Amino acid sequence: MALRLRLDKPWRPLTAEVVDRLPGQLGVYQIADAKGTIVYIGQAGARTAFGLRSELQREASQRASGHQFRVEVNQQYRTRWFELLMVHQADHGSLPADNAKNPPPALGRLSPS
Amino acid sequence: MDFEPSAEQQMLIDQVRRYVREEIIPLEAKLDPDAAELDPADQARLVEKTKAMGLYGIDIPKEFGGPDIDIVTRVLLAIEMAQHRAGLYVPCYGTFGGAGLAQIFEANEDQKERYLYPTLRGEKKPFFGLTEPSGGSDPARAIQTKAERKDNGWVLNGAKIFISGADRAQYGIVFARTDASKGRAGITCFIIDAGTPGFHVRRVVHTLRSSSYATELEFKDCWVSDHQILGEVNKGFAVANDRLTRQRIPYAAGCIGVAIAAHEMAVEWAKMRSTFGEKLANRQAIQWMLVDNEIDIRTARHFTLEAAEKARRGLPFRTEAAIAKLTASEGGGRVVDRAMQIHGGMGMTKDLPLERWYREMRIRRVGEGPSEVQRMVIAREILGSNLR
Repeated sequence: MALRLRLDKPWRPLTAEVVDRLPGQLGVYQIADAKGTIVYIGQAGARTAFGLRSELQREASQRASGHQFRVEVNQQYRTRWFELLMVHQADHGSLPADNAKNPPPALGRLSPS
Repeated sequence: MDFEPSAEQQMLIDQVRRYVREEIIPLEAKLDPDAAELDPADQARLVEKTKAMGLYGIDIPKEFGGPDIDIVTRVLLAIEMAQHRAGLYVPCYGTFGGAGLAQIFEANEDQKERYLYPTLRGEKKPFFGLTEPSGGSDPARAIQTKAERKDNGWVLNGAKIFISGADRAQYGIVFARTDASKGRAGITCFIIDAGTPGFHVRRVVHTLRSSSYATELEFKDCWVSDHQILGEVNKGFAVANDRLTRQRIPYAAGCIGVAIAAHEMAVEWAKMRSTFGEKLANRQAIQWMLVDNEIDIRTARHFTLEAAEKARRGLPFRTEAAIAKLTASEGGGRVVDRAMQIHGGMGMTKDLPLERWYREMRIRRVGEGPSEVQRMVIAREILGSNLR
Protein backbone atom coordinates (compact mmCIF):
# COMPACT_ATOMS: atom_id res chain seq x y z
CA MET A 1 0.00 0.00 0.00
CA ALA A 2 1.65 3.18 -1.18
CA LEU A 3 1.67 6.24 1.04
CA ARG A 4 -0.01 9.36 -0.30
CA LEU A 5 2.27 11.33 -2.56
CA ARG A 6 1.06 14.88 -2.19
CA LEU A 7 0.62 17.13 0.83
CA ASP A 8 -3.08 17.90 1.01
CA LYS A 9 -3.58 19.45 4.44
CA PRO A 10 -5.38 22.80 4.66
CA TRP A 11 -3.25 25.92 4.33
CA ARG A 12 -2.57 27.98 7.46
CA PRO A 13 -1.51 31.64 7.59
CA LEU A 14 2.26 32.13 7.74
CA THR A 15 2.31 34.38 10.80
CA ALA A 16 4.48 34.42 13.90
CA GLU A 17 1.50 33.60 16.15
CA VAL A 18 0.69 30.44 14.20
CA VAL A 19 4.21 29.12 13.58
CA ASP A 20 5.24 29.70 17.20
CA ARG A 21 2.84 26.92 18.14
CA LEU A 22 4.35 24.38 15.71
CA PRO A 23 6.10 21.28 17.06
CA GLY A 24 9.88 21.14 17.19
CA GLN A 25 9.89 17.94 15.18
CA LEU A 26 11.59 17.23 11.87
CA GLY A 27 9.66 17.20 8.62
CA VAL A 28 8.76 18.95 5.39
CA TYR A 29 6.67 21.98 4.56
CA GLN A 30 5.21 23.94 1.69
CA ILE A 31 4.80 27.71 1.35
CA ALA A 32 2.10 29.15 -0.91
CA ASP A 33 1.24 32.69 -1.91
CA ALA A 34 -2.15 34.25 -1.13
CA LYS A 35 -3.69 32.52 -4.18
CA GLY A 36 -2.56 29.11 -3.02
CA THR A 37 0.24 28.69 -5.58
CA ILE A 38 3.10 26.74 -4.04
CA VAL A 39 6.22 28.88 -4.12
CA TYR A 40 8.58 26.77 -2.00
CA ILE A 41 8.98 23.26 -0.64
CA GLY A 42 11.34 23.02 2.33
CA GLN A 43 12.62 20.59 4.89
CA ALA A 44 13.37 20.88 8.60
CA GLY A 45 16.37 18.62 9.17
CA ALA A 46 18.25 17.50 12.24
CA ARG A 47 20.62 20.48 12.21
CA THR A 48 17.76 22.88 12.95
CA ALA A 49 17.38 23.99 16.55
CA PHE A 50 13.63 23.36 16.79
CA GLY A 51 12.76 21.53 13.59
CA LEU A 52 9.66 22.73 11.76
CA ARG A 53 9.08 25.54 14.24
CA SER A 54 12.53 27.06 13.57
CA GLU A 55 12.22 26.78 9.81
CA LEU A 56 8.73 28.24 9.64
CA GLN A 57 9.67 31.05 12.04
CA ARG A 58 12.48 31.93 9.65
CA GLU A 59 10.12 31.75 6.67
CA ALA A 60 7.55 33.95 8.42
CA SER A 61 10.16 36.58 9.23
CA GLN A 62 11.44 36.70 5.64
CA ARG A 63 8.26 36.58 3.57
CA ALA A 64 5.66 39.25 2.96
CA SER A 65 2.30 38.92 4.66
CA GLY A 66 -0.37 36.88 2.95
CA HIS A 67 1.69 33.73 2.52
CA GLN A 68 0.39 30.38 3.75
CA PHE A 69 2.01 27.12 4.83
CA ARG A 70 1.39 23.49 5.65
CA VAL A 71 3.68 20.95 7.29
CA GLU A 72 4.16 17.22 7.59
CA VAL A 73 6.08 15.79 10.54
CA ASN A 74 8.38 13.20 9.03
CA GLN A 75 11.64 11.65 10.23
CA GLN A 76 12.42 10.88 6.60
CA TYR A 77 12.48 14.54 5.78
CA ARG A 78 15.18 14.24 3.12
CA THR A 79 13.61 11.57 0.95
CA ARG A 80 10.14 13.05 1.47
CA TRP A 81 11.46 16.46 0.37
CA PHE A 82 12.91 15.01 -2.82
CA GLU A 83 9.65 13.18 -3.42
CA LEU A 84 7.53 16.34 -3.02
CA LEU A 85 9.82 18.24 -5.40
CA MET A 86 9.63 15.49 -8.03
CA VAL A 87 5.86 15.17 -7.72
CA HIS A 88 5.47 18.94 -8.04
CA GLN A 89 7.65 18.90 -11.13
CA ALA A 90 5.59 16.09 -12.62
CA ASP A 91 2.30 17.85 -11.83
CA HIS A 92 3.27 21.36 -12.93
CA GLY A 93 6.18 20.89 -15.32
CA SER A 94 8.55 22.91 -13.15
CA LEU A 95 9.75 23.33 -9.58
CA PRO A 96 8.17 25.91 -7.25
CA ALA A 97 9.55 29.35 -8.05
CA ASP A 98 11.79 29.65 -5.00
CA ASN A 99 13.16 26.09 -5.35
CA ALA A 100 13.91 26.74 -9.03
CA LYS A 101 16.32 29.51 -8.01
CA ASN A 102 18.52 26.93 -6.28
CA PRO A 103 17.47 23.46 -7.43
CA PRO A 104 18.95 20.40 -5.74
CA PRO A 105 21.62 18.76 -7.88
CA ALA A 106 20.56 15.66 -9.82
CA LEU A 107 16.88 15.79 -8.94
CA GLY A 108 15.20 12.69 -10.32
CA ARG A 109 12.05 12.39 -12.39
CA LEU A 110 8.82 10.66 -11.43
CA SER A 111 5.73 9.93 -13.47
CA PRO A 112 3.26 9.21 -10.68
CA SER A 113 0.21 7.32 -11.85
CA MET B 1 45.76 -18.11 4.84
CA ASP B 2 47.72 -15.10 6.01
CA PHE B 3 45.56 -11.99 6.03
CA GLU B 4 48.18 -9.57 7.30
CA PRO B 5 48.34 -6.70 4.79
CA SER B 6 51.50 -6.48 2.69
CA ALA B 7 53.64 -3.34 2.97
CA GLU B 8 52.05 -2.00 -0.21
CA GLN B 9 48.54 -2.73 1.03
CA GLN B 10 49.30 -1.10 4.38
CA MET B 11 50.50 2.02 2.61
CA LEU B 12 47.22 2.25 0.71
CA ILE B 13 45.22 1.57 3.88
CA ASP B 14 47.04 4.38 5.70
CA GLN B 15 46.48 6.71 2.77
CA VAL B 16 42.73 6.06 2.64
CA ARG B 17 42.43 6.18 6.45
CA ARG B 18 44.03 9.65 6.48
CA TYR B 19 41.75 10.75 3.66
CA VAL B 20 38.63 9.67 5.55
CA ARG B 21 39.71 11.28 8.81
CA GLU B 22 41.16 14.51 7.39
CA GLU B 23 38.88 15.17 4.42
CA ILE B 24 35.55 13.40 4.84
CA ILE B 25 34.74 13.44 8.56
CA PRO B 26 35.34 17.22 9.01
CA LEU B 27 32.92 17.95 6.14
CA GLU B 28 30.29 15.70 7.69
CA ALA B 29 30.21 17.83 10.81
CA LYS B 30 28.48 20.52 8.73
CA LEU B 31 26.15 18.29 6.72
CA ASP B 32 22.69 17.06 7.59
CA PRO B 33 23.07 13.80 9.56
CA ASP B 34 21.21 12.00 6.78
CA ALA B 35 23.14 13.59 3.93
CA ALA B 36 24.06 11.41 1.00
CA GLU B 37 26.07 13.90 -1.00
CA LEU B 38 28.71 16.59 -0.50
CA ASP B 39 28.53 20.16 -1.64
CA PRO B 40 29.42 20.04 -5.38
CA ALA B 41 32.53 22.18 -4.86
CA ASP B 42 33.81 19.84 -2.13
CA GLN B 43 32.99 16.84 -4.29
CA ALA B 44 35.00 18.20 -7.22
CA ARG B 45 37.94 19.09 -4.99
CA LEU B 46 38.04 15.65 -3.38
CA VAL B 47 37.77 13.83 -6.70
CA GLU B 48 40.94 15.64 -7.73
CA LYS B 49 42.55 14.37 -4.54
CA THR B 50 41.64 10.73 -5.16
CA LYS B 51 42.90 11.09 -8.73
CA ALA B 52 46.19 12.39 -7.34
CA MET B 53 46.24 9.39 -4.99
CA GLY B 54 45.95 7.12 -8.03
CA LEU B 55 42.79 5.55 -6.65
CA TYR B 56 40.06 7.22 -8.68
CA GLY B 57 37.84 4.75 -10.52
CA ILE B 58 38.84 2.16 -7.95
CA ASP B 59 36.48 -0.52 -9.28
CA ILE B 60 37.28 -0.06 -12.94
CA PRO B 61 39.30 -2.95 -14.39
CA LYS B 62 42.84 -2.16 -15.48
CA GLU B 63 42.10 -2.71 -19.19
CA PHE B 64 39.53 0.10 -19.00
CA GLY B 65 41.89 2.51 -17.25
CA GLY B 66 41.30 1.60 -13.61
CA PRO B 67 44.04 1.52 -10.95
CA ASP B 68 44.40 -2.30 -10.96
CA ILE B 69 43.34 -3.02 -7.39
CA ASP B 70 42.91 -6.72 -6.60
CA ILE B 71 39.83 -7.78 -4.66
CA VAL B 72 41.69 -8.45 -1.38
CA THR B 73 43.18 -4.96 -1.41
CA ARG B 74 39.79 -3.62 -2.44
CA VAL B 75 38.22 -5.20 0.65
CA LEU B 76 40.90 -3.72 2.91
CA LEU B 77 40.25 -0.28 1.41
CA ALA B 78 36.47 -0.69 1.55
CA ILE B 79 36.76 -1.33 5.29
CA GLU B 80 38.55 2.03 5.64
CA MET B 81 36.28 3.93 3.25
CA ALA B 82 33.16 3.05 5.24
CA GLN B 83 34.38 4.52 8.52
CA HIS B 84 32.30 7.69 8.56
CA ARG B 85 28.66 8.61 9.03
CA ALA B 86 27.52 8.05 5.42
CA GLY B 87 30.12 5.34 4.85
CA LEU B 88 27.91 2.26 4.73
CA TYR B 89 25.97 3.22 1.61
CA VAL B 90 27.95 6.18 0.30
CA PRO B 91 31.59 5.44 1.14
CA CYS B 92 33.53 8.69 0.89
CA TYR B 93 30.50 10.15 -0.95
CA GLY B 94 31.60 8.50 -4.16
CA THR B 95 34.78 10.53 -4.46
CA PHE B 96 36.68 7.41 -5.49
CA GLY B 97 34.48 7.24 -8.59
CA GLY B 98 32.11 4.59 -9.81
CA ALA B 99 32.56 1.80 -12.28
CA GLY B 100 28.92 1.37 -13.16
CA LEU B 101 27.40 -2.07 -13.09
CA ALA B 102 29.67 -5.07 -13.42
CA GLN B 103 27.42 -6.61 -16.09
CA ILE B 104 27.95 -3.79 -18.53
CA PHE B 105 31.59 -4.82 -18.92
CA GLU B 106 30.20 -7.93 -20.64
CA ALA B 107 28.40 -5.80 -23.24
CA ASN B 108 29.15 -6.03 -26.97
CA GLU B 109 31.21 -3.30 -28.63
CA ASP B 110 28.19 -1.30 -29.76
CA GLN B 111 26.76 -1.35 -26.24
CA LYS B 112 30.12 -0.48 -24.72
CA GLU B 113 30.26 2.63 -26.91
CA ARG B 114 26.72 3.63 -25.97
CA TYR B 115 26.76 2.74 -22.27
CA LEU B 116 30.03 1.53 -20.73
CA TYR B 117 32.41 4.24 -21.88
CA PRO B 118 30.01 7.14 -21.12
CA THR B 119 29.50 5.57 -17.68
CA LEU B 120 33.24 5.37 -17.03
CA ARG B 121 33.57 9.01 -18.14
CA GLY B 122 30.87 9.94 -15.61
CA GLU B 123 28.42 11.02 -18.33
CA LYS B 124 25.81 8.33 -17.68
CA LYS B 125 24.50 6.60 -14.59
CA PRO B 126 22.82 3.21 -14.60
CA PHE B 127 20.32 1.42 -12.37
CA PHE B 128 19.97 -2.30 -11.69
CA GLY B 129 16.42 -3.60 -12.14
CA LEU B 130 16.07 -7.07 -10.72
CA THR B 131 13.77 -7.15 -7.66
CA GLU B 132 10.02 -7.27 -8.22
CA PRO B 133 7.02 -6.98 -5.90
CA SER B 134 6.90 -10.78 -6.05
CA GLY B 135 10.38 -11.05 -4.51
CA GLY B 136 14.06 -10.48 -4.98
CA SER B 137 15.92 -13.34 -3.34
CA ASP B 138 14.78 -15.94 -5.83
CA PRO B 139 14.94 -14.19 -9.19
CA ALA B 140 14.63 -17.45 -11.12
CA ARG B 141 11.06 -17.81 -9.87
CA ALA B 142 10.10 -14.31 -8.75
CA ILE B 143 10.63 -12.45 -12.02
CA GLN B 144 7.21 -11.86 -13.54
CA THR B 145 8.09 -8.97 -15.82
CA LYS B 146 7.56 -10.39 -19.30
CA ALA B 147 9.29 -9.60 -22.55
CA GLU B 148 7.47 -10.81 -25.63
CA ARG B 149 8.73 -10.86 -29.20
CA LYS B 150 7.18 -8.17 -31.39
CA ASP B 151 8.20 -6.10 -34.44
CA ASN B 152 11.81 -7.32 -34.51
CA GLY B 153 12.18 -6.43 -30.86
CA TRP B 154 10.69 -7.07 -27.45
CA VAL B 155 7.77 -5.63 -25.51
CA LEU B 156 8.22 -5.46 -21.73
CA ASN B 157 5.32 -5.46 -19.27
CA GLY B 158 5.70 -5.65 -15.51
CA ALA B 159 7.02 -3.88 -12.40
CA LYS B 160 10.22 -3.58 -10.35
CA ILE B 161 10.62 -2.36 -6.81
CA PHE B 162 13.41 -1.24 -4.43
CA ILE B 163 15.40 0.05 -7.40
CA SER B 164 18.01 2.64 -6.43
CA GLY B 165 18.68 5.63 -8.64
CA ALA B 166 16.27 4.77 -11.47
CA ASP B 167 14.79 8.27 -11.39
CA ARG B 168 18.18 9.84 -12.05
CA ALA B 169 19.77 7.20 -14.27
CA GLN B 170 20.24 7.51 -18.01
CA TYR B 171 19.79 3.77 -18.51
CA GLY B 172 19.22 0.58 -16.57
CA ILE B 173 19.78 -3.14 -16.74
CA VAL B 174 16.41 -4.85 -16.47
CA PHE B 175 15.71 -8.56 -16.16
CA ALA B 176 12.57 -9.98 -17.77
CA ARG B 177 11.12 -13.39 -18.46
CA THR B 178 11.36 -14.33 -22.12
CA ASP B 179 10.34 -17.98 -21.76
CA ALA B 180 7.80 -18.80 -19.06
CA SER B 181 8.43 -22.55 -19.33
CA LYS B 182 12.15 -22.51 -18.59
CA GLY B 183 12.56 -21.08 -15.05
CA ARG B 184 16.03 -19.58 -14.66
CA ALA B 185 16.82 -20.48 -18.27
CA GLY B 186 14.02 -18.22 -19.45
CA ILE B 187 15.30 -14.86 -18.21
CA THR B 188 16.90 -12.21 -20.43
CA CYS B 189 18.77 -9.05 -19.51
CA PHE B 190 17.80 -5.83 -21.34
CA ILE B 191 19.36 -2.38 -21.37
CA ILE B 192 16.58 0.21 -21.07
CA ASP B 193 17.16 3.88 -21.77
CA ALA B 194 15.46 6.46 -19.58
CA GLY B 195 12.75 8.03 -21.64
CA THR B 196 11.89 4.86 -23.53
CA PRO B 197 8.12 5.03 -24.10
CA GLY B 198 6.35 2.72 -21.66
CA PHE B 199 9.08 2.92 -19.00
CA HIS B 200 7.91 4.82 -15.92
CA VAL B 201 9.40 5.61 -12.50
CA ARG B 202 6.13 5.50 -10.63
CA ARG B 203 6.97 6.38 -7.05
CA VAL B 204 9.52 6.82 -4.31
CA VAL B 205 9.84 3.99 -1.80
CA HIS B 206 10.85 5.29 1.64
CA THR B 207 12.85 2.91 3.83
CA LEU B 208 14.87 2.92 7.04
CA ARG B 209 17.65 4.36 4.92
CA SER B 210 16.27 7.87 5.07
CA SER B 211 19.30 9.42 3.37
CA SER B 212 18.23 7.98 0.02
CA TYR B 213 15.14 6.44 -1.47
CA ALA B 214 14.40 3.51 -3.70
CA THR B 215 11.89 3.62 -6.55
CA GLU B 216 9.15 1.52 -8.05
CA LEU B 217 9.17 1.06 -11.82
CA GLU B 218 6.50 0.13 -14.32
CA PHE B 219 6.96 -1.24 -17.82
CA LYS B 220 3.81 -0.89 -19.89
CA ASP B 221 4.11 -2.02 -23.50
CA CYS B 222 7.72 -0.84 -23.43
CA TRP B 223 9.30 -1.79 -26.78
CA VAL B 224 13.05 -2.21 -27.19
CA SER B 225 15.07 -3.53 -30.11
CA ASP B 226 17.32 -6.60 -30.18
CA HIS B 227 20.28 -4.23 -29.81
CA GLN B 228 19.24 -3.71 -26.19
CA ILE B 229 19.79 -7.31 -25.12
CA LEU B 230 22.79 -7.67 -22.81
CA GLY B 231 24.35 -11.07 -23.43
CA GLU B 232 22.08 -13.67 -24.95
CA VAL B 233 18.36 -14.35 -24.91
CA ASN B 234 17.38 -16.59 -21.98
CA LYS B 235 20.85 -16.29 -20.38
CA GLY B 236 20.17 -13.30 -18.16
CA PHE B 237 20.06 -15.26 -14.92
CA ALA B 238 23.78 -15.98 -15.02
CA VAL B 239 24.42 -12.27 -15.51
CA ALA B 240 22.38 -11.43 -12.40
CA ASN B 241 23.65 -14.28 -10.30
CA ASP B 242 27.33 -13.58 -10.89
CA ARG B 243 26.85 -10.01 -9.74
CA LEU B 244 24.95 -11.03 -6.63
CA THR B 245 27.66 -13.43 -5.53
CA ARG B 246 30.64 -11.16 -6.22
CA GLN B 247 28.92 -8.13 -4.73
CA ARG B 248 28.57 -9.82 -1.36
CA ILE B 249 32.29 -9.44 -0.59
CA PRO B 250 32.62 -5.62 -0.71
CA TYR B 251 29.13 -5.45 0.81
CA ALA B 252 30.49 -7.34 3.82
CA ALA B 253 33.56 -5.09 3.94
CA GLY B 254 31.40 -1.98 4.31
CA CYS B 255 29.66 -3.53 7.32
CA ILE B 256 33.02 -4.26 8.92
CA GLY B 257 34.16 -0.66 8.42
CA VAL B 258 31.12 0.75 10.16
CA ALA B 259 31.43 -1.84 12.93
CA ILE B 260 35.03 -0.81 13.54
CA ALA B 261 34.09 2.87 13.69
CA ALA B 262 31.23 2.18 16.12
CA HIS B 263 33.45 -0.05 18.26
CA GLU B 264 36.19 2.60 18.44
CA MET B 265 33.62 5.16 19.55
CA ALA B 266 32.36 2.77 22.23
CA VAL B 267 35.87 2.10 23.52
CA GLU B 268 36.64 5.82 23.74
CA TRP B 269 33.33 6.57 25.46
CA ALA B 270 33.80 3.71 27.95
CA LYS B 271 37.20 5.07 28.93
CA MET B 272 35.86 8.59 29.36
CA ARG B 273 32.39 8.21 30.84
CA SER B 274 31.90 7.65 34.57
CA THR B 275 28.76 6.41 36.30
CA PHE B 276 28.31 5.91 40.04
CA GLY B 277 31.92 6.92 40.59
CA GLU B 278 33.46 4.43 38.18
CA LYS B 279 34.56 4.54 34.54
CA LEU B 280 32.34 2.46 32.26
CA ALA B 281 35.48 0.71 31.05
CA ASN B 282 36.02 -0.72 34.54
CA ARG B 283 32.62 -2.42 34.60
CA GLN B 284 32.49 -6.03 33.53
CA ALA B 285 29.12 -5.60 31.79
CA ILE B 286 30.70 -3.02 29.47
CA GLN B 287 33.95 -4.95 29.05
CA TRP B 288 32.04 -8.00 27.86
CA MET B 289 30.14 -5.94 25.32
CA LEU B 290 33.44 -4.60 24.00
CA VAL B 291 34.88 -8.13 23.88
CA ASP B 292 31.87 -9.36 21.93
CA ASN B 293 32.33 -6.43 19.52
CA GLU B 294 35.95 -7.38 19.00
CA ILE B 295 35.03 -11.00 18.31
CA ASP B 296 32.27 -10.05 15.85
CA ILE B 297 34.62 -7.73 13.96
CA ARG B 298 37.53 -10.18 13.81
CA THR B 299 35.24 -13.01 12.71
CA ALA B 300 33.70 -10.98 9.92
CA ARG B 301 37.07 -9.64 8.81
CA HIS B 302 38.55 -13.15 8.64
CA PHE B 303 35.70 -14.61 6.59
CA THR B 304 35.49 -11.61 4.26
CA LEU B 305 39.21 -11.69 3.51
CA GLU B 306 39.00 -15.46 3.02
CA ALA B 307 36.24 -15.00 0.43
CA ALA B 308 38.20 -12.24 -1.27
CA GLU B 309 41.36 -14.33 -1.37
CA LYS B 310 39.51 -17.25 -2.98
CA ALA B 311 37.98 -14.90 -5.54
CA ARG B 312 41.41 -13.41 -6.22
CA ARG B 313 42.85 -16.86 -6.87
CA GLY B 314 40.03 -17.73 -9.22
CA LEU B 315 38.70 -20.45 -6.90
CA PRO B 316 34.99 -21.04 -6.22
CA PHE B 317 33.89 -18.58 -3.56
CA ARG B 318 30.09 -18.71 -3.44
CA THR B 319 29.96 -20.30 0.03
CA GLU B 320 32.73 -18.08 1.37
CA ALA B 321 30.97 -14.97 0.07
CA ALA B 322 27.76 -16.07 1.79
CA ILE B 323 29.58 -16.64 5.09
CA ALA B 324 31.28 -13.26 4.77
CA LYS B 325 28.03 -11.44 4.05
CA LEU B 326 26.25 -13.23 6.87
CA THR B 327 28.88 -12.69 9.56
CA ALA B 328 29.57 -9.07 8.60
CA SER B 329 25.95 -7.92 8.32
CA GLU B 330 24.73 -9.74 11.43
CA GLY B 331 27.88 -9.14 13.49
CA GLY B 332 28.10 -5.52 12.36
CA GLY B 333 24.53 -4.94 13.46
CA ARG B 334 25.27 -6.37 16.89
CA VAL B 335 28.37 -4.17 17.23
CA VAL B 336 26.45 -0.98 16.44
CA ASP B 337 23.67 -2.01 18.80
CA ARG B 338 26.14 -2.57 21.67
CA ALA B 339 27.90 0.71 20.89
CA MET B 340 24.56 2.52 21.21
CA GLN B 341 23.87 0.77 24.51
CA ILE B 342 27.25 1.82 25.88
CA HIS B 343 26.61 5.44 24.81
CA GLY B 344 23.23 5.49 26.54
CA GLY B 345 20.96 8.39 25.62
CA MET B 346 23.59 10.05 23.41
CA GLY B 347 23.68 6.91 21.31
CA MET B 348 20.06 7.43 20.30
CA THR B 349 20.55 10.98 19.01
CA LYS B 350 21.32 12.32 15.57
CA ASP B 351 24.28 14.10 17.15
CA LEU B 352 26.23 10.86 16.73
CA PRO B 353 26.39 8.62 13.64
CA LEU B 354 25.33 5.52 15.58
CA GLU B 355 21.59 5.89 14.97
CA ARG B 356 22.14 6.19 11.20
CA TRP B 357 24.43 3.14 11.20
CA TYR B 358 21.84 1.23 13.27
CA ARG B 359 19.09 1.86 10.72
CA GLU B 360 21.26 1.28 7.69
CA MET B 361 22.96 -1.80 9.14
CA ARG B 362 19.53 -3.38 9.65
CA ILE B 363 18.95 -3.20 5.92
CA ARG B 364 22.20 -5.10 5.35
CA ARG B 365 20.68 -8.27 6.74
CA VAL B 366 18.20 -8.18 3.86
CA GLY B 367 20.01 -6.43 0.98
CA GLU B 368 22.10 -8.47 -1.48
CA GLY B 369 20.38 -11.64 -0.29
CA PRO B 370 18.93 -11.95 3.22
CA SER B 371 20.61 -13.91 5.99
CA GLU B 372 18.28 -16.84 5.41
CA VAL B 373 19.34 -17.14 1.78
CA GLN B 374 23.00 -16.99 2.77
CA ARG B 375 22.34 -19.85 5.19
CA MET B 376 20.64 -21.80 2.38
CA VAL B 377 23.72 -21.32 0.20
CA ILE B 378 25.98 -22.54 3.00
CA ALA B 379 23.68 -25.47 3.81
CA ARG B 380 23.81 -26.62 0.18
CA GLU B 381 27.59 -26.72 0.46
CA ILE B 382 27.42 -28.73 3.66
CA LEU B 383 24.68 -31.15 2.59
CA GLY B 384 25.33 -31.38 -1.13
CA SER B 385 24.36 -29.24 -4.05
CA ASN B 386 21.32 -31.37 -4.92
CA LEU B 387 19.58 -30.34 -1.72
CA ARG B 388 16.42 -28.41 -2.53
